[in-house]
Amino acid sequence: MKNSLFTSSLVLLFVMAILLAGCTQQNAATVVEGNAAEQAYVAPGEYDEFYAFMSGGFSGQITAYGLPSGRLLKEIPVFSLCPENGYGFSEESKPMFNTSYGSVPWDDSHHIELSQTDGEFDGRWLFVNGNNTPRIARIDLTTFETVEIIEIPDVAGLHCAPFITENSEYLVSGTRFSVPIPQADVPIASFKENFKGLINYVAVAPETGEMSLAFQIEMPGFNYDLARNGKGKSHGWSFLTTYNSEQAYTLLEVNASQKDKDLLAIVNWKKAEEYYKAGRGKQRATSYYHNLIDENSGIAASTEMKTTTILNPMELPGMVYFIPVPKSPHGCDVDPTGEYIVGNGKLSADMSIYSFDKLMAAIEAKNFDGDIKGIPVLNYEAGLHGILKKPGLGPLHTEFDGKGSAYTTFFISSEVVKWDVEKLEILDRQSTFYSPGHLVIPGGETKKPFGKYLVAMNKITKDRYLPTGPELAHSAQLFDISGDKMKLILDFPTKGEPHYAQALPASLVQPNTKKFYPIENNTHPYAALGEGQAKVVKTGNEVHVYMTAIRSHLAPDNIEGINMGDVVYFHLTNLEQDWDVPHGFAIQGANNAELLVMPGQTKTLKWEPVRPGVFAFYCTDFCSALHQEMSGYVRVSPKGSDVKLMWGLNNENKDEETLREMIK
Amino acid sequence: MLSLTNSSRSRWIMGLSLLLLSGVFLFPLWQITLEAAQFPGGLRLNIWINQFSGDEGGGDIIKNINILNHYIGMQYIEPDSIPELKYFPLVVWGMFGLGLVSILINRRWAYLTWGIIMGVLCLLGVYDFYLWLYDYGHNLDPTAPIKIEDMVYMPPLFGEKDLLNFYVKSYPRLGTIFIGTALALSFVAGWLGKTKES
Repeated sequence: MKNSLFTSSLVLLFVMAILLAGCTQQNAATVVEGNAAEQAYVAPGEYDEFYAFMSGGFSGQITAYGLPSGRLLKEIPVFSLCPENGYGFSEESKPMFNTSYGSVPWDDSHHIELSQTDGEFDGRWLFVNGNNTPRIARIDLTTFETVEIIEIPDVAGLHCAPFITENSEYLVSGTRFSVPIPQADVPIASFKENFKGLINYVAVAPETGEMSLAFQIEMPGFNYDLARNGKGKSHGWSFLTTYNSEQAYTLLEVNASQKDKDLLAIVNWKKAEEYYKAGRGKQRATSYYHNLIDENSGIAASTEMKTTTILNPMELPGMVYFIPVPKSPHGCDVDPTGEYIVGNGKLSADMSIYSFDKLMAAIEAKNFDGDIKGIPVLNYEAGLHGILKKPGLGPLHTEFDGKGSAYTTFFISSEVVKWDVEKLEILDRQSTFYSPGHLVIPGGETKKPFGKYLVAMNKITKDRYLPTGPELAHSAQLFDISGDKMKLILDFPTKGEPHYAQALPASLVQPNTKKFYPIENNTHPYAALGEGQAKVVKTGNEVHVYMTAIRSHLAPDNIEGINMGDVVYFHLTNLEQDWDVPHGFAIQGANNAELLVMPGQTKTLKWEPVRPGVFAFYCTDFCSALHQEMSGYVRVSPKGSDVKLMWGLNNENKDEETLREMIK
Repeated sequence: MLSLTNSSRSRWIMGLSLLLLSGVFLFPLWQITLEAAQFPGGLRLNIWINQFSGDEGGGDIIKNINILNHYIGMQYIEPDSIPELKYFPLVVWGMFGLGLVSILINRRWAYLTWGIIMGVLCLLGVYDFYLWLYDYGHNLDPTAPIKIEDMVYMPPLFGEKDLLNFYVKSYPRLGTIFIGTALALSFVAGWLGKTKES
């Protein structure tokens, strides 16, 4: 008895020591135990249980990983040019980069949102934001290709995006940097007077996924950081954290960290939608681009949009509220029941957890502590479910396991903490290596999380892998969360800087994957749907080569009669109709990139010869046993020379005259 | 309980035989499977009485096989230039008509005659199939990229065989089983059928 008392006191002391030493370093050797390797091992030929889609941060792209193996499946080009497959270089995809600033070839992708039906992932589309030149992109999960990009007008730093509602009705986003709206040449010091924020609602068409900007809510000039939409009982509401309610415009690290509390914006988007539909918004002239790829031709069309609808909370009551949140909150996360909203105050020692029911009661009872520019500020205590005391340092983001537990990343104390949402008790804490930003649990933001795994995406790598000089890959860490305690089972390097990620069971995506594009659906105006249609057409100095690719030749593979000053468009149609038979196309000296053409697709590379001579082109994707033979020549003659335009394959060359004869 | 006389029983059996015969349009006759490392699950060519098909969602099977075959100089399989795909269905419908006639006559000799004609046609059909396979396998383009001395690429008529990197399997499918059963049933009908007016 005495002995066991002694033991339990020791255990208690030990636990207290750990709790007190929240930021004590652990090393991986003490953390990894048991059958960790076995749990993350997916045998050759076996499939992972989950797809995890990670944003690429400054890469501008998205990566798809398998979980639990951490194997990279694909990097999907989104906001950045990709010479690897010609995305942004092919004539078809160039318009995807159009913005009101012209063609912008790069962006900073942050937050992945998978489409939802009834608060659960449906595996149809994936949305991601471009932070720098505000844009939202849609990726089709049957092809894993970016099919649409919409620009968001009059905002700066679209960090707070693109958070989805439970039936994919809207993607909510907010401006991170307030700016003069409309843009104007004003002194920066006139921030308080001239700078404003916008909260944007992009509608998603239920059948096609097509995005359109519905309305924008004009807000005080704060920094809108992150958001979530309500679910279940809180469906119809959006919650957005703000920082810099100080409205600092210089040395923000100090000047935007002065107030004890910043604000959580609470938007009744159903109400906003009503106002919008009733025509209560104001039309304002602006400019933004909507770029959409036509499924059958593969050609992106770019449209400039010139008006936007602004809803003003000063004139439209019951639409927006504020409630204080301790110190510069970052993440804002809603639990699976839709009742609890977690405000992760990154400079606060505690975390505030709000109750949706209490927020609604406070609104009902008009329990306000004044207003900010006509927006009522709810009494802090009135909306509070409770406070999670001293969970760690620097809380950033929270996800849920669907079993009543929340998991929060702590950047400064470099750990993930598991806690009970209802009881506000800390259940477990595990170190990460080092300093996690976001974390993801499969389905962790939905009504029905799948639980099982947690991936922490760390911001600092240091000594985790073999060194690669000053620049290191960011590191992700996989935990098994099926038990009471989180268990580290795998480390893996990632591409770019993943911010948020979302993961879903492979069974929601795998059965719908497209293997090739049916060639009978190809409506590209320059497609050659059979080798017999391969030809060269010259009008003035514009040359269109209708070229086909099939194992193992390009047709035509001899082209003569191109003159200096001609602009040549190679339209390559891949005639294959089988899975995994792409063909590539590259020509010497091309000032752009190559093309990678999937079976059934047509893609176009523009080429302006630099000097006369004979230039080789070839297939760049090792397609078949005679891939090395899959090549050809184009002859370029000096300007004004009278070399006849001829093309062909296997010396069966034709010219326009012969063709005319054949038609007779 | 319905009691059938021998003679009406023959009619029913022959009727069933014709029903099975018409089922030949619903299922492939034969299947040739090409197995190789790069083709998980194999490439399956289904040969029907009137067409070719591959696996659902597997792409254009004829195109995919032609692409592979051209490296070794095999002729292109062009369904439009294979006359059998057009007249075999007519033969089937002809036999269907003759079968109806045999039911009308309802004599042992009529059923047996139908069975013998059908049997001979089946043998001719298999022989014709063999000739096509022989031609595809032996009649190679002399300018083919891959030439191997004395190598022929005739797929097996029935059974399995190694052909370069492919392991080729060739077996009858449900369509052939239907025809075989139809044939057998016609003999049963004849066996049970009456020899003269009773």
